[in-house]
Amino acid sequence: MTDLHLPWLELAFLVPLLGAAIASRCREVATGRRVALVFAALTVVCAGGEWIDFVTLDWNATPQHALHDVDGNLHWSRYLVGRELLVIDRVSAPLLPLASWLYFLTILATERTKAPRFSFAGTLLSLAVTMATFSCKEPWALAVLLSLGTLQPILELRARNQPIGVYALHMGCAALLLLVGCCALHYEGVDLLPFAEAPGAALKNPSLLAILPILLAVLIRGGVAPLHCWATDLFERGALGTAILSVAPMTGAYAAVRLVLPFAADEVVRVMGGVALFTALYAAGMALVQTEPRRFFCYLFLSHSALILAGLEMVTAIGLTGALCLWTSSALSLTAFGLTLRAIESRVGRLSLTQYQGLYDAMPTLAGCYLLSGLASVGFPGTLGFVGAEMLVDGAVSTNPLFGIAIVAAAALNGIAVVHTYMLLFTGKRRMSTIAIRISDRERFAIVSLAALIVLGGTAPQLHVGPRHHAAEEILELRRQHHLDTSRRTPPQTPPASAPDILAAGKARRP
Amino acid sequence: MPPASLSENLYFGLGMAVLLASAAPVFILGGAALLSRGLSERATGRLLHSATVIGLSASIIILAMMLYRGDREVRIVLGDWVHVAHAHHAPPAGPGLPAENTLPHAEDALQKHELADEAGVYHFAVKFVFDRLSVPFAIMTFSLCGVVGAFAFRYLHREPGYDRFFLLYAFFVLGMVMTSLAGTIETLFSGWELVGLSSAMLVAFYQDRAAPVRNGLRVWTVYRISDAALLLASVAMHHLHGHGDFDKFLGHHPLDPATTWPGGDCAVTVGQGLLVGFLLLAAAAGKSALIPFSGWLPRAMEGPTPSSAVFYGALSVHLGAFLLLRFSPLLDQAPAVAAVAVALGLATSAFAALVGRVQTDVKSALSFASLSQVGLIVAEIGLGLRYLALIHILGHACFRTLQFIRAPNLISDFRNIENAVGQHLPRLAAENDSWIPLRWRSWLYRFALEKGYLDAFLTDYLVLPLLAGLRYCNGWERSWTNFLAGSPTAPPASEAELPPPSPVEEPVR
Repeated sequence: MTDLHLPWLELAFLVPLLGAAIASRCREVATGRRVALVFAALTVVCAGGEWIDFVTLDWNATPQHALHDVDGNLHWSRYLVGRELLVIDRVSAPLLPLASWLYFLTILATERTKAPRFSFAGTLLSLAVTMATFSCKEPWALAVLLSLGTLQPILELRARNQPIGVYALHMGCAALLLLVGCCALHYEGVDLLPFAEAPGAALKNPSLLAILPILLAVLIRGGVAPLHCWATDLFERGALGTAILSVAPMTGAYAAVRLVLPFAADEVVRVMGGVALFTALYAAGMALVQTEPRRFFCYLFLSHSALILAGLEMVTAIGLTGALCLWTSSALSLTAFGLTLRAIESRVGRLSLTQYQGLYDAMPTLAGCYLLSGLASVGFPGTLGFVGAEMLVDGAVSTNPLFGIAIVAAAALNGIAVVHTYMLLFTGKRRMSTIAIRISDRERFAIVSLAALIVLGGTAPQLHVGPRHHAAEEILELRRQHHLDTSRRTPPQTPPASAPDILAAGKARRP
Repeated sequence: MPPASLSENLYFGLGMAVLLASAAPVFILGGAALLSRGLSERATGRLLHSATVIGLSASIIILAMMLYRGDREVRIVLGDWVHVAHAHHAPPAGPGLPAENTLPHAEDALQKHELADEAGVYHFAVKFVFDRLSVPFAIMTFSLCGVVGAFAFRYLHREPGYDRFFLLYAFFVLGMVMTSLAGTIETLFSGWELVGLSSAMLVAFYQDRAAPVRNGLRVWTVYRISDAALLLASVAMHHLHGHGDFDKFLGHHPLDPATTWPGGDCAVTVGQGLLVGFLLLAAAAGKSALIPFSGWLPRAMEGPTPSSAVFYGALSVHLGAFLLLRFSPLLDQAPAVAAVAVALGLATSAFAALVGRVQTDVKSALSFASLSQVGLIVAEIGLGLRYLALIHILGHACFRTLQFIRAPNLISDFRNIENAVGQHLPRLAAENDSWIPLRWRSWLYRFALEKGYLDAFLTDYLVLPLLAGLRYCNGWERSWTNFLAGSPTAPPASEAELPPPSPVEEPVR
């Protein structure tokens, strides 16, 4: 395993933790906000440093079997538990700066009207957990971190005197299923990190009974229908900022990449992909009939999250690359979309989608950002999501043409829903304000910087697609090694592992 | 690689001038809008005027050079926009395909690009083609957009949405130029989507009223269906050939006049031809308002007259026909698709001619007149009369644009004439309809008045059942969530959540 030049991973985890401790001691809301902003900015610097360090490493010096795993250089966890806990690879390396940037912008764009009800300490704590989650490949640690990540919304719901039943029930079930799955993996002696820890060691794939609980937990965390009600409930009852940050980094997809994709049987993967595709279509349809912007946003997010899960399960190089690209682009564009919605709410309160609101003249920049980020999320040409969406459809078609049609239909419905809500919120009549309710400078920086990333990424997509393709190849390589080793050890009557075929199918673009 | 000659350098420079002239206003006006730094009316006018003059001049010079040198096709390849190579896939031995006929600037990129094809990689190329189809279309786009833009500078003077109109107008011009000159289906799709978005937003230009907004949404919905079909066609092309380049898919070779547009050697099987062909036909039907999507066209007349003129009289409504013209070698390989195109075109033409007779406002009547011609053009394409269809498009677009921008004054002029002569002008339409049997007239009148019941059919049998089912699911989900939460009703927007008393007043109008 290669070391980063500086302990970026440890810092990206410890800095927000320290910030949370300090922010929790602040009595003034404004002071807490400033502290949170400073520590979130420092986390962005650490995560950005980690990414730059990662991409500038000399890969030629890295052993092939290590699959480009990189850790910090303090090795503290090796002394504690005997293994490296904070490890990144090509899949997770860009996710850390991405997540930290989203947290930073959300804190930055929190207006004074929202600040008293927004927990800055809790948000920094959640940032630390997210950083640790994206730096972790160890099943046990990942299960614990994924469960810890659900505590902040629960605490906030309680602080707002809202019922926590729906969210806690779903997240509790997910945590329990992850625990059961990890126990089963441990019992069966399955090692998910054989190449990193013991090159050449015998690989073992888990049984269906061991993988099913993990799969179910991933489906719950990914908001796959009919296990998605926690998301709508969280958006309706919780603070919008917290809800956005809970879902935007898409830790459910990360769990799928780490805990399911490398070794799940093809049938399991196909079932998961089918369910996710159904959810993408269903949620896109549901987004059309919502009467509240928050629920609409939630369904839009669920549709994208399901599309990403479906892409991950295609196990073809193009489909996986498309899913990973869509992951980044959806996180950016949906966060921009959510922050725009939050900025509107902070000015005029919760709105209804049952009648025209006519807010364009009062907030034209927010209207532009709403449309731009919404269209970017559905893969409009010229935006970051376009190439990812097209690759995803191409990967789906190579798996099953009906899957491709389903993805295109979901994207079309999402596009209609975005413009529909834009027209309901910003047009149809004219609302005038006696005082200025235009976008503030902080919000402008947050939203316009995201919009700039979306447009620049769409103008030069190779910068994004290239590294994501390498990550997809790495996931497929891990899966191939698992299946190759399994096929070597399984008796002849067992159907030959089809992963190489899948891999070949993914790589052979021409008929 | 041979050194680039002067003419090739000139082609490249002029081609880039065309593209940059259409893209620059979008970035300038869009950036100014995002930063809330709107340009003055005069600056906006000058920007768009300059861009149009540069783009049009460069296009005309390219056409003149092509005619003088006898070049039938000029490709400008800017390299790969996206290029991913699969691991364990060895590149092929030997040189790539010959890249003659392509500008030397782009030759290296193209060679790599074609080598990559052989290796089975996935890429999106940025490639533009100037040929007998695209150059007339680009010149027509710049000419008509320039004329209508000049008209709109005065027509929309001091309108509240002046900046918004011209930003969307710039998006439209960029979309049209990209679509016209596209050398790959991805580039064409990008332009196609830009045209769709700007069209829908301009239909809803008068956004203080609900009706234009509703109609804009209807246009957008039909366009999304059309876009979905085009995206599927794009993916199908990628899936079948590993790339979306027209020259490879349609078998164009610049040195061989028989294979440049409208010729070509489309190497697809019958099944593949049918699949891609019908998807393209569906996309064209949505964009050009062919049956059964014709209902959106009169709705689109809610927009300002300049945009109606250039979108639904001239350019946007012909994009479906342009798509079919671009893929005409595919139609030759799939006679079934060509036959359906003929049937669809003739049916649309007859339908539009009938419905147009009962319209009570001039813009709707013009839109259906336009549609009847578009139907004929599609039928011509299906019959293989490609040059006739191209000339028909060019002539019809110019004529209809003139009619549309004349329309605002027409009623006033008619009133003046009637005042001068002291009586109503004769109504010719009623006399011409006398050949229709009396018992059919009321039925046909009703049929035409309801626009063939197409909108009602789509709404009643497709949209409403879908929405009803989704609303049922939504209600069920809410009940389930409330049951889990232990609350009998959905969570209200709590007082704690609401901000301090809203500064927003009630609507002015």
